[in-house]
Amino acid sequence: MNQLILEKLKVRFPKSIEGSDEFRGDLSVRFRSEDIVKVCQFLRDDSDLNFDLIVDICGVDMYRPEGRFEVVYHLYSIRNKKYIRLKVSLNEEKPVVDSVTSVWSGANWHERETFDMYGIEFRGHPDLRRMYMPEDYEHYPLRKDFPLMGIPDSIPLPRK
Amino acid sequence: MGLGNMLSDGFLTTRLDEVINWARKNSLWPMPMGISCCAIEMMATASPRFDISRFGSEVMRFTPRQCDVMIVAGTVTYKMARVVRKIYDQMPDPKWVISMGACASSGGMFRSYSVVQGIDLFMPVDVYVAGCPPRPENLLRSLLELQKKIESDRTIGDLLRREKIFIPENGPAERVGTIS
Repeated sequence: MNQLILEKLKVRFPKSIEGSDEFRGDLSVRFRSEDIVKVCQFLRDDSDLNFDLIVDICGVDMYRPEGRFEVVYHLYSIRNKKYIRLKVSLNEEKPVVDSVTSVWSGANWHERETFDMYGIEFRGHPDLRRMYMPEDYEHYPLRKDFPLMGIPDSIPLPRK
Repeated sequence: MGLGNMLSDGFLTTRLDEVINWARKNSLWPMPMGISCCAIEMMATASPRFDISRFGSEVMRFTPRQCDVMIVAGTVTYKMARVVRKIYDQMPDPKWVISMGACASSGGMFRSYSVVQGIDLFMPVDVYVAGCPPRPENLLRSLLELQKKIESDRTIGDLLRREKIFIPENGPAERVGTIS
């Protein structure tokens, strides 16, 4: 099954695949960030693959000069009982990627969470607000350069 | 020599204090501020097995206007701190606070950017309860400690010495709003 998926993707997106990897039976494929919406659309709509469920979208801060951030998409095909993982790399200056809410509306909150924690912007997201932190908060807590105990006085407490 | 001086620490006020304090301490109505797992133990405390009503505190009210003691049971995040403080401000005087469990008292195991490291950073606390979560017996003990504390309050004396009660210049905290 993994071979079939990879073949299909290679035929359809020969230029945008940057690499692939298999670990304990699960396939992960790395893509150019520009093509992610098209890839997702294809994976969902292809009659053999049918990845109809977005399980999770999360961010990774690799803390390296090139391609500091990664966005990881976990997809599941209910009919084929099959997981796949897609990865895109984003650079530090402008961590922007297209939103996949047009493909799965369930991606809405996953992307909001990723935005809240890493500051990765999802272009075309209908409602890109913070999820957990206060709306006027200025930092991104899961970035590697964010201190564990937070930035003192960045969230005001009620006065005693 | 005014009436105030005569009454301040005399026979009448101390006896009245005793009556009022006795009434107050035996009908402490809790505000169940249950925000995580400690709340389960707080519910158990109200159950027949532990039976908080033996101490007159079975009437858990979900409106702050009818409460005397706030039991903060759980992890208070920075976002929640504003809510907790607002509810505290809405409770009528006299009011007390029990900080239940490690999280409310010190942040507990959540040494992290999102969790307030002890609710005493933004509100007064009368009794701290150790434990993670504390057993119901421990919460009952804290209630008894609070009753002891209330016993020794000087209610009438304080009323007569009202000018000495400290009111902060700017009123309650910003974002919370004043209750008039």
